[in-house]
Amino acid sequence: MTRLNLLLTPALILTALSLVTSSHRARKLFIGLEESQAQHARIEEDWRRLQLEQGTLAKHAFVEEVAKKRLGMRTPDARALQFVPLGIAAGVKP
Amino acid sequence: MNAATIPVNAASVAMKANQPLLQLRLPLWRSRFMMVILFLAFATLIGRAVYLQAWANDFLQEEGEARTQRIVEVSGVRGKITDRHGEVFASSTEVKSVYASLEDIRIGITPKENTESARKRADRNAQALKQLAPLLGISEAELYRRIGGGQRSAEKGERRRDFVRWARQLPPELADKIAALKIDGIHLQREYKRTYPAGEVAAHVIGFTGIDENGQEGIELAMQESLAGQAGSRRVIKDRRGNIVEDVASIQASRQGQELALSIDSKIQYLAYSQLKQAVEAHKAKAGGIVVLDARTGEVLALANLPTYNPNARAQLTGAQLRNRVLTDEFEPGSTMKPFTAALALELGQVRPSTVIQTAPGRMTIGNATISDAHPHGAMSVAEIIQKSSNVGTVKMAMNIERADMWELYRKVGLGQQPPLQFPGASPGRLRDWKKWRPIEQATMSYGYGLSVSLLQIARAYSIFARDGDLMPVTFTKRDGPVLGQPVISSETARELRTMLAAAATAGGTAPKAQTMGYSVAGKTGTAHKQEGGGYAEKKYRSSFVGFAPAREPRLIIAVMIDEPSNGKYYGGDVAAPVFSAVSGGALRVLGVAPDLPMKPIVLPPEDREIRESLGVSLAKSE
Repeated sequence: MTRLNLLLTPALILTALSLVTSSHRARKLFIGLEESQAQHARIEEDWRRLQLEQGTLAKHAFVEEVAKKRLGMRTPDARALQFVPLGIAAGVKP
Repeated sequence: MNAATIPVNAASVAMKANQPLLQLRLPLWRSRFMMVILFLAFATLIGRAVYLQAWANDFLQEEGEARTQRIVEVSGVRGKITDRHGEVFASSTEVKSVYASLEDIRIGITPKENTESARKRADRNAQALKQLAPLLGISEAELYRRIGGGQRSAEKGERRRDFVRWARQLPPELADKIAALKIDGIHLQREYKRTYPAGEVAAHVIGFTGIDENGQEGIELAMQESLAGQAGSRRVIKDRRGNIVEDVASIQASRQGQELALSIDSKIQYLAYSQLKQAVEAHKAKAGGIVVLDARTGEVLALANLPTYNPNARAQLTGAQLRNRVLTDEFEPGSTMKPFTAALALELGQVRPSTVIQTAPGRMTIGNATISDAHPHGAMSVAEIIQKSSNVGTVKMAMNIERADMWELYRKVGLGQQPPLQFPGASPGRLRDWKKWRPIEQATMSYGYGLSVSLLQIARAYSIFARDGDLMPVTFTKRDGPVLGQPVISSETARELRTMLAAAATAGGTAPKAQTMGYSVAGKTGTAHKQEGGGYAEKKYRSSFVGFAPAREPRLIIAVMIDEPSNGKYYGGDVAAPVFSAVSGGALRVLGVAPDLPMKPIVLPPEDREIRESLGVSLAKSE
């Protein structure tokens, strides 16, 4: 009986300690998960903001205004346009 | 204990001999008594422990939880709205609102707490408040007035307003600066702000949300349920450093709003909007609308209205700006209805495209009303009647058709019914019961007076010509492929009508200006007098053009409406057709449709040789 107890006591201590470390590790991992999730939310928020910014800057009306006013560009007259059929452009005989 | 009974060694005996106290013989009960006392003490402790652990544990449990458990918010963001290629039309971004709990803001010190630390704190707060004022965009004096006002009213026992909002929807950078000041009593709360990068270009399709992010107009309202996000909260365990170490329970489930891809193509949308704007400005019109449908899938590729508004800055909005005319305005379509009369006559076998009908002398009398053409044309084939838009010719065809048949066709193409569309405020138009039609009404309806439609309805109705006779369902959300429609007329009739409508958009028709470089087009002009009060207004018109392109294998259906053009020109062929031309050409190029005509500039007939469509104004007067 005593011998069995002598055997079980260190085993008990060992499992108790491993329980402590594993729960500690679980918490650490959970903190990591939470942090990653928070980062995910942050990055997504940034993405939304950047996407909006891109949308505002690439807005057709804005591009047209810049092209016309700042760069002095204009739509060419229909008579000045030359259309090239797709086949010729790709180097294939029509 | 009897010393003599225990075997002892010599040393202990010697010690005993030296210590007189140890030689005292104590009564046995005293040690027993002590033992019982100790035992009882332990028993009490154990009992108390067991009691606290097992029975009365509520209080301790609560206190423990209060020290470790926290409730954290989980955000639920409203879904994005994008165009068919993923370009963002509406998106929510995080902003912060500043709340002040006035009672907790300490300014100055009370005599009671005149200590070193209190003075320091007051100094620090005064410094922080000085920095806060410019961040909120108010003066320091104003800031103190706000704090003071709130605190005084609390003293007087007035209704306490100690939790007030000072600023709403601040950008995050500004909010971070305010948070860094760490003033007691100033709280930041996370909110979301909806932004519309396309601005006024797509305002009527997208709509907007209120400040609490509930959809109020357009798609935002129609799709509220799937777009809406739901913020939730959960209970967690936090450690000493504030890290979340364990999830305990979800209190309220959060929900992220679903992303929504519309059928709108932002390039075509801009094209349609800018061309419509040009036309409305050039013709000094009151309003205008345009809708572009994909003839294969029934998707709405573009929808624009004027006047419009900027959904990002809605300080002053008028009803006129808000109105989605394409969907909600009912108007008498005028000549754009003529192809339906011809289609029905063909379908019933009463005429063939080459059947000649005498339209001379350009007027006819029904009852006490007279129907007339702009110029008398003489004998014309059915194809020419559509091409040149003759009222008399159309009415002559209509008079051979049963009222019920006409009504049935109109119903089948969706007139007089709410379009099956998930969009708020879509108008059903007006189509009266055929049993109540008088002969003159049947006659006028054949060329588009006496019934009313919305622009979207007429555009959709034209799908029976653009497709092989079936009416397609329309949608604002992206579809993956061609859609099956409800058969209305035979594909034979549809093909014949396509040819007639293509002829209308040539130098010999009413809409030569609808032609576009590189693509064949087909369509019908409409110029209608506006109804005002009981009758028709003399000089107020509504010019429209409904057509499709390419004419032989239609890909797009486009309907344009210009309300009250007042710069001299008012015929649909002059006002609305050029918009169709520009939008169809541009949109087909955007879609990558191969040109079916040589890329040569369009040659328009000289102004004086133009064919005017008939308005039916003499009828309006005679009624």
